[in-house]
Amino acid sequence: MKLYNGGKIIAGIVVFLIAATFPFWYGRGKAVRPPDLKLDTPVIQQLKEKLCVEPAPYMRANHMKLLTVWRDAAVREGNRSYTAINGRVYTISLTSTCLECHSNKKQFCDRCHNYAGAKPACWNCHIIPEEVR
Amino acid sequence: MLEKALTGSRGYGIWVALLLTLAAIGFFFYLRQLNYGLGITGMSRDVSWGLYIAQFTFLVGIAASAVMLVLPYYLHDYKAFGKITVLGEFLAVSAVIMCITFVLVDLGQPGRAINLLLYPSLRSVLFWDVIVLNGYLLINIVTGWTVLGCEKKSIPPPAWVKPLIILSIPWAISIHTVTAFIYAGLAGRSFWLTAIMAPRFLASAFASGPALLILFCLILRRFTRFDAGEQAIQTLAKIVAYALATSIFFVLVELFTAFYSQIPGHMQHLKYLFAGLEGHNAIAIWMGVSAVTAMVALILLMIPQTRQREPFLVVACIGVFLSLWIEKGLGLVVTGFVPSPLERITDYTPTGPEWAITGGIWALGLLLITMFYKIFVSVKKEA
Amino acid sequence: MAPTRRDFLKIAGFSAISLALPPLPSLAAAKAGMPSASDLFARSPGPLQPLKAKRWAMAVDAGKCPPGCRDCIAACHRVHNVPAFGNPKDDVHWIGAERVEDVFPAETHPRLPESIRALSIPVLCNHCENPPCVRVCPTQATFKRADGIVMMDYHRCIGCRFCMAACPYGSRSMNYRDPRPFIPKLNPDFPTRTKGVVEKCNFCEERLARGVLPACVVACREKALTFGDLEDPGSDVRRVLERGFSIRRRPELGTGPQIYYRL
Repeated sequence: MKLYNGGKIIAGIVVFLIAATFPFWYGRGKAVRPPDLKLDTPVIQQLKEKLCVEPAPYMRANHMKLLTVWRDAAVREGNRSYTAINGRVYTISLTSTCLECHSNKKQFCDRCHNYAGAKPACWNCHIIPEEVR
Repeated sequence: MLEKALTGSRGYGIWVALLLTLAAIGFFFYLRQLNYGLGITGMSRDVSWGLYIAQFTFLVGIAASAVMLVLPYYLHDYKAFGKITVLGEFLAVSAVIMCITFVLVDLGQPGRAINLLLYPSLRSVLFWDVIVLNGYLLINIVTGWTVLGCEKKSIPPPAWVKPLIILSIPWAISIHTVTAFIYAGLAGRSFWLTAIMAPRFLASAFASGPALLILFCLILRRFTRFDAGEQAIQTLAKIVAYALATSIFFVLVELFTAFYSQIPGHMQHLKYLFAGLEGHNAIAIWMGVSAVTAMVALILLMIPQTRQREPFLVVACIGVFLSLWIEKGLGLVVTGFVPSPLERITDYTPTGPEWAITGGIWALGLLLITMFYKIFVSVKKEA
Repeated sequence: MAPTRRDFLKIAGFSAISLALPPLPSLAAAKAGMPSASDLFARSPGPLQPLKAKRWAMAVDAGKCPPGCRDCIAACHRVHNVPAFGNPKDDVHWIGAERVEDVFPAETHPRLPESIRALSIPVLCNHCENPPCVRVCPTQATFKRADGIVMMDYHRCIGCRFCMAACPYGSRSMNYRDPRPFIPKLNPDFPTRTKGVVEKCNFCEERLARGVLPACVVACREKALTFGDLEDPGSDVRRVLERGFSIRRRPELGTGPQIYYRL
């Protein structure tokens, strides 16, 4: 079997491979430290036990899914009450419930989102209370 | 076969570069629209659809018109169209791609377009339009490409192609019917609420599409060695004449119902469209041009002596295309919104960026047609 | 994938201990009392006593509307962060004030007394029984709830504006550009919209959930707006409708509008 235009094809493949793997070798050896999230807001400090709606490890991994469930429950089903696994009942509200404790959006939400390169569109509409009051 | 679109004469290169430039300008302004919002266009609270959706509507017609070649050839064995059915199919492919692009640029939140498929609403005509348009695109890509590929190898097309082509005939009717239903099912917009909307759409489509195809055939004859044949072109011209006459007839029928019944809600939109309301007559001036052009074109196409002479035929076809573009690509959509449900008369004037984006999408479509036809001509030359 | 009960059970061990602990401060605050119905910005941050109905409806006693009064509009737009663009092209509004011959072109005539022709009629989403906007929406971004409220899910709207073409009342507005900079004073308790989505009146669904009446109803000093359950013979709205003849906008279209006008 003869490879036609072999030079061009191989050159093309090489260019592609270099471009595709660029982020890996460019960032090799450089480690960016994970951000330090600030949890000491006045409201959180008043809590006897520092507990989110669901346990922290779960929230860390799944808060976006939980927020999607909350969003659909509130907007589409008109249900604004959430019963956590431990039986506590919370009002479904991003700005009233979540941000009541995590009132330091910049130190809490943004640090990690910036680190992970996540750009949630929440704040296009939802208002950050600390920025208005 | 694709590589045949990459090489060509100097003129071909300049033409492609021109289209790419226009598309790039359109893309630049689209980025600005993404940043600013749809407010960059002339659309408003009262006139909430404009040039984009009107272009979409017009181009669905161009896409559907391929059936005017496919049907005589495959159902009636009309041999003269044998050489050009693929041209019709490629025109359909390009037109559908333009349609989809126009719908996308019209979305306020294009990043969420996938919601159409994630949360489909079977009661929405728009959902069905997305389905039929994409289906039609697929059918025409597959059939056009397969048939051309077989021509290149000088073998008959595989047997499975023919049922698919036959399927494309009712499918072509469906895309324009469903598109008409977007308008014709809205209780609150009396201008669109007419049972002959779909027939009207089809009639104007079968005039504008074949008129464009005649122009393409004449261009191919002048600049390449491909000749569609006088018989095919003349038959297409007759199809344009009949379809244009039907289209004009349908508009007159609408005018009769509105103005003989004297129902104000039905008359006011048509008054706005053809005469203007309270001094708002920008659209009416365009429609005057459209009406005159359509009548002149119809006369040129009806008289054999003019129809058979190329210069007159060219003028007639440009006239048909222009007239129906004004009627469907501008007037039909905007007039549905004027006056508004609260009796307001709001003028709609497309803005510069809106024209640039529209021009960019047309350039993209013409580029696709150019490349398809280049491949087609190269294959024909070899065969 | 949305988290399920089972996902939570897996992590139940983490939280078992907290069962005995007191609830969050927000819950405690909520029990302190219901917000007063007359307060436009009534807040209540916890579990609440929502107002519920089989079929929400509104009666507009347009004859009571003083000339030039825009209290209901101002309250609605203030509470819902509706932007004020100041031009008809970008205009977004949930409630409008219109002349009677524009609202009821088929029901009015030139010999009506000046007192009626001078009226300024509040127009808003009719929360139709059979809403054309819901029928045409390709993504179910607009939908009708069991209690009759026609809702918008601003998270899902793709901005195709089919609903605006379908609405026979001109009740819908498109965010042709980012509305945030054009909101005179932000109300932190309600989101704004993002550019590229369609918006409209939501019958103050978020207030009903907190047990307070719609902002326009509360704001109207003339008591021209009455809100209630159409299916409940004892409701305020039914009492107003009992009083005499009332009409709806373009009922011949079969949409079943739920704003009833007395002129």
